[in-house]
Amino acid sequence: MKNKGLRLNGHTILLLITIALFIVLYAGGCIAYGHKGFTHLQTFCNILITNAGLICVACGLTCVMLTAGIDISVGALIAMDCMLLAVGMQKGIGAVPMIIIVLVIGLVFGIVQGYMVGYLNIQPFIVTMAGMFFCRGMTAVICTDQVSITKDINPTFYAWANAKVIIPFGGYVNNKGKYMAPYVRPGVIVALLVLVIIYFMLKFTKFGRSLYAVGGNTQSAAMMGLNTKLIKMKAYILSSMLCSIGGICYCLNTMAGSVSQALGLEMDAISSAVIGGTLLTGGVGNVFGTFFGVLINGTISSIVKTNGKLASSWPNILTAALLFVFIVIQSAFAAIRERSKNK
Amino acid sequence: MKSKKITWNTIKSWNLLLPVVALILVMAVNIIYDVANGNNPLSFFTITLQQTTGNGTILYGRIIDILNRGSEAAILAIGMTLVVSSSAGTDISVGSVMSLCASFCCMLLAGYGVSSTSQLAVPLIVGVLGGLLMGVVCGMFNGTLVAYFKIQPMVATLILFSAARAIGLLLCNDLIVYVRNDSYAFFGSFLGPLPTPLVITAVCAVIMTLVLKKTALGMYIQSVGINDKASRIAGLSSKRIIFLTYVLCGLFAGIAGIVASSRITSADSNNIGLYLEMDAILAVALGGNSLGGGKFSLAGSIIGAYTIQAITTTLYALGVSAAQAPVFKAVIVIIIVAIQSDPVRNYFKKHSAAKQAKGVA
Repeated sequence: MKNKGLRLNGHTILLLITIALFIVLYAGGCIAYGHKGFTHLQTFCNILITNAGLICVACGLTCVMLTAGIDISVGALIAMDCMLLAVGMQKGIGAVPMIIIVLVIGLVFGIVQGYMVGYLNIQPFIVTMAGMFFCRGMTAVICTDQVSITKDINPTFYAWANAKVIIPFGGYVNNKGKYMAPYVRPGVIVALLVLVIIYFMLKFTKFGRSLYAVGGNTQSAAMMGLNTKLIKMKAYILSSMLCSIGGICYCLNTMAGSVSQALGLEMDAISSAVIGGTLLTGGVGNVFGTFFGVLINGTISSIVKTNGKLASSWPNILTAALLFVFIVIQSAFAAIRERSKNK
Repeated sequence: MKSKKITWNTIKSWNLLLPVVALILVMAVNIIYDVANGNNPLSFFTITLQQTTGNGTILYGRIIDILNRGSEAAILAIGMTLVVSSSAGTDISVGSVMSLCASFCCMLLAGYGVSSTSQLAVPLIVGVLGGLLMGVVCGMFNGTLVAYFKIQPMVATLILFSAARAIGLLLCNDLIVYVRNDSYAFFGSFLGPLPTPLVITAVCAVIMTLVLKKTALGMYIQSVGINDKASRIAGLSSKRIIFLTYVLCGLFAGIAGIVASSRITSADSNNIGLYLEMDAILAVALGGNSLGGGKFSLAGSIIGAYTIQAITTTLYALGVSAAQAPVFKAVIVIIIVAIQSDPVRNYFKKHSAAKQAKGVA
């Protein structure tokens, strides 16, 4: 009994540390840069707007990591999605058909990767690395230049990107005496919807629970009668689909397609999930923590940006340092658990 | 009859089969391309002596170019093979560590904040040793996390993957540091008629092979990779061996970083070693080594690394742009790993068994 209590506490403590860290970081930002407008609700909304795509991607990646896998193709897939959207719209295809095409490509890509991981039993890292190469290369095959989506090319998509969802509270009066209501973009709404859906899926559906079962112990899951291969494959399909949705959100934010877009986004997503308490060994974690991981990443880069004097490489170093602290804490918890098990 | 059967089986079980076949295929593509374009069919293999502006003679030809350009990946592949073998994981930080070592070396040579110099601030040897030391320190960091904190290799090395390049940029004050000094350019140019990177690779490979074969280290690494617990019970300090492989991997990343930066006589933190960790991992897989750890072949990895460079050079010759080349690389990776995967192997085994049964009947 005591073991079980300790184990549950370990993960809850980690999640609490993550949330506390976010609050401390944000409060620190407010105290240090309050005069630069960090205290406004809009700053928080801007973090959400910039990271809407990352939230979707990180949710999908969390599902894959629950099955003890990894998907490093996501950044490149986003670049390919953005390029497809930009080039397709330039060729005169409407916004809705293009979005459907992108989603279908995500589905097919997920099926191929999932089949190779689940049924051919190849290491996920290698499969998704090939996927990454493939998507990055295909982006260049589609077009090597930077293509931007302007109002003339596709008014509908442009309208979506610039639509404001006004939040009825938390506004401020600017120095010209005008009331500025805080707003978010439609991409944020999509990302938050994805977050809530995935949260409830992981908590209450059979598929969600079986992801934990497969990641915790594949053999036991198979003995319980779960089709572990199919579940693994589905996890990769889910990741690629969410990544495509994330790609659309990302494109709504950048309004352009280019070969070097979303470079290293996969590592941001992985570090967000790890900071949020997801173990790469599988079976532990939830998207709620991942969300806070993304917010911590966003807050760090927002603070560095607001400061304006720090070198652009600081967010990378700080995120890496946080990642270091968190995985050492995780490993300490694992060691404590092991010791109490042996007693 | 019997002798023929044995030869076929020995060929099949030869551990360098995969990389050599891949290399032969690449050469075949080159020959076909040359013939189709009306060139000399053997122009891929021709090596000529050429006079340089500095009054030296150097070897020149497509093969020499491949051997020259592929050296960094080959040096990294040596370290990567050891890491993969001992810990069944990959060190994804090598590309970033390369960049950090190059930045640190150039910063020492040029002095902090100087962006271009032709005078060395410190003796060359100090800068180079500093760069190598930085590689060793990075390796120790990774090794501590993997061996003593028991963190998955990919996650542990993810930290330096994102941080090392950024630290390198900080060291260089966000600038590209140029060290326009002939003595520094030596590591990326020519030693007599041979490219120096190739010589460095050869020296690294020979020293590592001797160390692994003449001491028990090679066997220890393999035994830790095959069964960590069993080797600990047998009296090996498996933690220390895993730690050592990561330190070696860091050292080789340092060597590769200095070669790469010497080639362009500058420390371009953003671009040195970009995606090279992927090439190194690919070289290990292509060399016929299992990414699940255990037995390894250094020669396979090195041939694998040069094969990848040969593929890249061939693609460029065929008119594929540098940005588009990854598509082909991806397809090649998938084919290789799919062939090596258990279900496909079992299928072929069953297939040949059924054939034999038919023959007997």
